[in-house]
Amino acid sequence: MTNLSASPLLVAEGLSKFYGLRIGCRNVSFALEPGEVLAIVGESGSGKTTLLNLLSGQLAPDAGAVRYRMRDGETKNLLDLTEAERRFLARTDWGFVHQDARNGLRMGVSAGGNIGERLMGVGDRHYGRIRETAQGWLSRVEIDISRIDDKPTQFSGGMRQRLQIARNLVTHPRLVFMDEPTGGLDVSVQARLLDLIRGLVADLGLAVVLVTHDLSVARLLSHRILVMKDGHVIEAGLTDRVLDDPQEAYTQLLVSSVLAA
Amino acid sequence: MSRTAENYRGYNFAYLDEQTKRMIRRAILKAIAIPGYQVPFASREMPMPYGWGTGGVQVTAAILGPTDVLKVIDQGADDTTNAVSIRQFFEKTAGVETTTETEKATVIQTRHRIPEAKLQAHQVLVYQVPIPEPLRFLEPRETETRTLHALAEYGLMHVRLYEDIAQHGHIAKTYAYPVLVADRYVMDPSPIPKFDNPKMHESAALQLFGAGREKRIYAIPPHTKVVSLDFEDHPFEATKFDQPCALCGATDSYLDEVITDDRGGRMFVCSDTHHCETRRAEGHVGTLGTPVTEAAE
Amino acid sequence: MNPVLQVSGLAKAFHLHLHGGKHLPVVEGVDFIVLPGECVVLGGPSGAGKSSILKAIYGNYLANSGAIILDDGEKRVDVVTASPGAIIALRRHMMGYVSQFLRVIPRVPALEIVAEAARAAGFPPDEARERAGRLLAHLNLPERLWNLPPATFSGGEQQRVNIARGFAGNHRFLILDEPTASLDAKNREAVIALIAERKAQGTAFLGIFHDQDVRERVADRILDVTRFSPMREIAA
Repeated sequence: MTNLSASPLLVAEGLSKFYGLRIGCRNVSFALEPGEVLAIVGESGSGKTTLLNLLSGQLAPDAGAVRYRMRDGETKNLLDLTEAERRFLARTDWGFVHQDARNGLRMGVSAGGNIGERLMGVGDRHYGRIRETAQGWLSRVEIDISRIDDKPTQFSGGMRQRLQIARNLVTHPRLVFMDEPTGGLDVSVQARLLDLIRGLVADLGLAVVLVTHDLSVARLLSHRILVMKDGHVIEAGLTDRVLDDPQEAYTQLLVSSVLAA
Repeated sequence: MSRTAENYRGYNFAYLDEQTKRMIRRAILKAIAIPGYQVPFASREMPMPYGWGTGGVQVTAAILGPTDVLKVIDQGADDTTNAVSIRQFFEKTAGVETTTETEKATVIQTRHRIPEAKLQAHQVLVYQVPIPEPLRFLEPRETETRTLHALAEYGLMHVRLYEDIAQHGHIAKTYAYPVLVADRYVMDPSPIPKFDNPKMHESAALQLFGAGREKRIYAIPPHTKVVSLDFEDHPFEATKFDQPCALCGATDSYLDEVITDDRGGRMFVCSDTHHCETRRAEGHVGTLGTPVTEAAE
Repeated sequence: MNPVLQVSGLAKAFHLHLHGGKHLPVVEGVDFIVLPGECVVLGGPSGAGKSSILKAIYGNYLANSGAIILDDGEKRVDVVTASPGAIIALRRHMMGYVSQFLRVIPRVPALEIVAEAARAAGFPPDEARERAGRLLAHLNLPERLWNLPPATFSGGEQQRVNIARGFAGNHRFLILDEPTASLDAKNREAVIALIAERKAQGTAFLGIFHDQDVRERVADRILDVTRFSPMREIAA
C-alpha cells in the first residue's frame, strides 16, 4: 500500500547536466515518495532520458545531487557511493525497464536464467529454489511457466517486456526506472502490459520514475507528472491536474495534440 | 647450459631476451600476489602459431633456469606433436634437461591436463590457456567483465551453470569448469577436464597460467583454496569412469577413448601416458594390456 | 458541527495560450460550506461553472485564488495549496469523485474495478470484493457482467459500475458530477437510495444533478452558481 506520508525515497536537488553548450537538463528538483509513480513527459530531446540517467546514477550531474534513502533508513548522496555500492543498489533495490528489451534482458539466456540472475547475484546458490521463484514470477507476469527454458529471442515483444519486469522485481526493489516501457508495442499488447504494471506497482508499493512521451501512459500509471522542455521542468503537479488543466503554453500544446488522452 | 653456449650461439637462454623475461616475471609475481586475477602482459610473437601454447611457452621461458628439468604434456601425453615440439624448442634454446617423468620434472608445461601424480612443492605447473576470461561467453565486453571481476559480481557465472542444469538436468560442463580462487576471483582453469579440478585445490606446486593471444597471465600460489562453482542442490562432481584403464587397470585416473579399428572397436586408457607406463612397469595390467616384461621381449 | 468542506473566495479562470492568450474567467468569489450528512447541489445553467467548481475542489483543476478547506476528521487541508501527495492522500481516504462517464483501462473486469477502489481506500482484499459485489447488486448490474470488462457494456451499465466504484471507499465526502444522467428510472431510484443511506451515515455530498426530480429528492440545499459569475470574455 502506498505510503505518501513517509519521508521521501529519492530527492533530486538542482540537477543539471550540460553537453558542451547544449543543456541536457537544468536545475531539476523534486522528491519522490515511497510508492509514488512519477511520470516525466516531453518530446524527444527534452531531457527526459538525461534526467533518468542522472537519477539512476548512470550519469554524473554537473551540478546538484540525488539523495536516496537506503534500505537501512540512511539517506545517501548517490555520488558518494562507491561503484560497487551503486551497482549493488541497482541490482537489488532498483529495477530498470528499458524500451528495448534487448537492453534489459540477456537474449542468449533462458527466461528462468534471466529471472534468476539477480538472485544468484546476491548469493542464492540453490537451483531448485531459484527455479521455483522464477516460475512464480513468470506466472505473476502472465507468461506460461512451460516457457521457462525458452530464450527471449523466442518471445513476442509484449512477453519480453513482461519478462524484463519479472527479472527486475525478483529482488523486491523499492524503486523502478522505466523508459518508455510500452513504446513500440501494439495497442492491445500495450493495454495489457500497462494493466500488469499498474497492478504490480499497487500490490508491491513500488515507487516508479517513468519516462514517456505518451500522455495516456502517464495518465494511467502515474500520480504526478513533470513536463520537460529543452532540459527544463516547465510544469509539475498531480497527473490529472496537469493533463486536464494544463497551465503552461507548451503543456497545453502537448495535451491538445493528443487524441483523447 | 653448456650445450646452449656451445651449440646454439645466437639464441639468448630460453629464446626470449632478458628484458622480456623480466617483464613476464613481473606479471607472474603480480599474478601470484593476487591469486586468480588476470594480469595483462606484453605477449611476444613466438616461433609457433597462436593456439599452440605461446602463452605457456613464454611463462616457461621466463621462469626456466639452467638446472631445471622440463616436462611438457599435451592432453596428458608426452609424445604428441605439440609436446614434442615444445620440449625440443627448450632443449635447443635453453639446453635444459627434459624428462617425461612427472616426479623428476621441476617445470611442467601442460595443455589440457594436470598429471595424475601429486605435484610437489619444488614443482611449477605451467598451463597453456586459450581463453582466460570465464565470463566471456555471457558478457562479451571486456570493460564490463573487468568491472565484474573488480566488484566480485559473479552472479552471471552461476547463470551459466543454471542454464546447464535447466537444459541437461545437471551441470554439463566437463572441461574449463570455473573455479573460485582464494574466495575472491573466479577463474577459468584452461580447458582441463573437471576431473582435474580438485587437484588445483591446496596444491603444493605453484600453478601458472599463460594466454599468449589474449596477453594474460594468472596464477594459483601453492596451498591456495580453489573451489569449483556449483549449487547446493547440484554440487560439483568430478567425472567418474565406469571402467578401469584398459592398459594398466587404473581406476582413479582420467581416461581417453582410443579407437582401435574401423569396426567400432575402442578402448579407454589413461590420458597421462607417464602415469600409465609407471603403473605397468610396476606390474599392473589392464584387460587389453600385456605385461611390460613380455612386451619388451 | 465542523463543515467537511469550506470554500472561500474561490476563483477559477482558464488562460488559453494556444488561442491568442485568451483569458477565460469561469467563477469568482465562490463561498459555501458542506456539513457532514448534508447534500449540497450546485444549480445554474450549463456553462455557469458548476463542473469547474467540483473539479477545483477535487484538485483536478488548479484554482487561481481562494481556499478550499477539507476536514478529514483529523486535520484541515487546503486543496489550493496542498502538495500532490497530500491531494492523493485526501482522495484515497477522504474525498471521492463520481464522474459522468466511466474511464478505466481496458481488460479489467467490472467487479475488479470496484474492488480495487475499495482496496485503495484501505479495505482488505476479501472485504473489498464483497463490498464491490454488494454495490453492483444494489445498482442492479446483472451478475453475469461482473467478471467482464465494461468496455462492451451499455452506457447505463457502465455508469453503474462507475457509481459503484465511487461509493466503494468509505469517503466522508463525495463529489457527484451528474451521476444519474444516463440511468433509467429504476436505477436512478437505486442511486437515490444509496445517497440517502450514506447521508444517514454522515457522508457529505456535493453534486450536480440535471434531473430536477433527483435533485429535489437528494438535495438539502441548492446553491445557484450564477451568483459567482465573473465578467466574461475579457481579452488578455
